Amino acid sequence: MSSVLYDVPGPKAILRNRLLGVLTIVVVVGILGFLVWRLAETGQFTAKKWSAFTYTNVWTSILDATLATLAAFGAAALGALLLGFVLAIGRLSDHRWVRWPFTAVIEVFRAIPVLVFMFLLYYGFPVIGIRMEPYWAVVIALVCYNGSVLAEVIRAGVESLPRGQAEAGYAIGLRKAGVMRLVLLPQAIRAMMPVIIAQLVVTLKDTALGFIITYPELLFYAKYIGAQPTVGSPIVPATIVVGAIYITLCLILSFVATVVEKRLRRSARGDVAEPVQPLQQGATDTSLIVAQRGGSAL
Amino acid sequence: MGVITDNLDIWSQALVGTLVLFFAGGALALVLGIIVGAMRVSPVPIARGVGTFYVSAIRNTPLTLVFFAFVFALPPLLGLRLTGDVSLTLGICALGIYTATYVAEAIRSGVNTVPVGQAEAARALGLSFGQVMSLVVLPQAFRSVIPPMMSVFIALLKNTTVAAGFSIVNLGSVRNYLSERGENAFVVILWVMVIFVALVLLLSWVQRTLENRWRVAR
Repeated sequence: MSSVLYDVPGPKAILRNRLLGVLTIVVVVGILGFLVWRLAETGQFTAKKWSAFTYTNVWTSILDATLATLAAFGAAALGALLLGFVLAIGRLSDHRWVRWPFTAVIEVFRAIPVLVFMFLLYYGFPVIGIRMEPYWAVVIALVCYNGSVLAEVIRAGVESLPRGQAEAGYAIGLRKAGVMRLVLLPQAIRAMMPVIIAQLVVTLKDTALGFIITYPELLFYAKYIGAQPTVGSPIVPATIVVGAIYITLCLILSFVATVVEKRLRRSARGDVAEPVQPLQQGATDTSLIVAQRGGSAL
Repeated sequence: MGVITDNLDIWSQALVGTLVLFFAGGALALVLGIIVGAMRVSPVPIARGVGTFYVSAIRNTPLTLVFFAFVFALPPLLGLRLTGDVSLTLGICALGIYTATYVAEAIRSGVNTVPVGQAEAARALGLSFGQVMSLVVLPQAFRSVIPPMMSVFIALLKNTTVAAGFSIVNLGSVRNYLSERGENAFVVILWVMVIFVALVLLLSWVQRTLENRWRVAR
C-alpha cells in the first residue's frame, strides 16, 4: 500500500517502522496476556465454569434469546424504513405547514436517547393507562429513532442528486409525486444504500438496550445464566458466548453493507446520476487522477 | 415543575453524573481515538492492522454489551468489589473505549479531506511523516473534523443514559429514585427528555459556532 503521506521508507525508516511494529505487538500482546492471565487466575477456564454450556436446555434458551433479538430487529428495521420514507417525504414537501411539523418531529426523535424513549414507553405509559410488552417498547422506540435518522439520510440522498434530474422529470410532464416516486427516490435509495444498511446495523446493536427494560434478549439471558450458582455463576463465559453471537450478527450485516457498496460503485456509472460533488478548488492533478480512479486519496 | 423543585437533590446528582460520564468518557475517547486514528494512517503496517481491527470490532459491538462486559464481567476477573465509584470508573472506560472508534474514524476521514497536493508539496520539501502530519495535514484536517467530531460527542451524550442499566447514577436513572418517592414516572421521563433535547440543542449550537469560526477557507 502506498500513501501520499510518507515516502517509500529508506533503511533508517524501515528500521524505525519495524521497531514501532514490535512495540505495537508488545502492547497488544501485553493487554491480551494480562486478560488471559486474569481469566486463568480466576478459574474461568475450568470445566465447572463452562458446564452450563453442555446442557441442551441452555442452548435452546440461547437460540430463543437470539430469535428474540432478531424478532425485535426485524420489526424495528421494517418499521424504521417505512417511517423513514414517510418522514423524508414530509420533510421534502413544498408546503411550509407540512415541512415544519415533520422537521420538528425528526429533530426531537433524534435528540432523545433511545433508552429514555424506551423508559417512557415501558415505565411512563402505564401511568396514563397504556401498558405494553417490553417487545413493543423496544420496537417502537427503535422505529421512531432510526426512522427519523433514515429520513435525514434519504433526504440527503434526494438533495445530492443533480437538479437536472427533477427538471427532466417535470419536462416530460410528470407531477411532483411522479418525479419523487419515479425519478428521485429510486436514485436516492441506490446512492444511500450503504448508509441505510449501516443504520440498520445500528438498529441491531440498539436492540441490546432491551436488556435494560427486561426484554428477554441475549444479554438478559447472559445475566440470568451468569447468576446461577448451581453451574458456578459463569458470568464471564456467558458474556463471551453472548458477545460472540452479537458481534457475529453485526459483522454479517456490516459485510452485506460493504458488498452492496462495492456493487453500487461498480455499476454506478450506468444507472445512478453522479451526485453533485463540489470539486475542490485548487485540487492538484494527482487528486483528480485519484478521484477519477475512484479510489481514496490517502 | 413540582417534580423538579421538590427533588432538586436527586436531579442535581443525576445531572452531575451525566456530565461526569460525558466529560470523562469524552476525554478518554479523545485520547484513545487520536492514538488509534494515528495508527490507522501510520506507515507501520502492523499498527494499521491493529487499529483497523479495533475499530471494526468495537463498531460491531452494541454499547450495552461493552457496558455489560466492563461492569459485570470485569470485576470478578480483576477481583474488584462493585461499589459506586468502581462502577462509575468502569462505565467511563466502557463509554470511552466505545466512542474512541468513532473519534478515530472522524479523524481519519478528516485527514482524507485534505487535498493530496498538500501532502505532496510537504514531502517535496523533504519533511518527514511526523512533520507532514503536524505542520501541514493535521492543522487543515482539524477544521473539517470539527462537525463530525461534535456529532460523535452528541451521540456520546445520549449514550451516557445506557449507564442507567448498570446502577450508575445519571439522568437516565432518575426515574428509579423518583418512583421510590412516589412521583409520576410519566412526568419524570418527559422532563428527562426535555433536558436531553435542551442539552443536544446546546451542543448543536456549539457545533454551528465552531464550524463557522473555523470554516475551511479554500
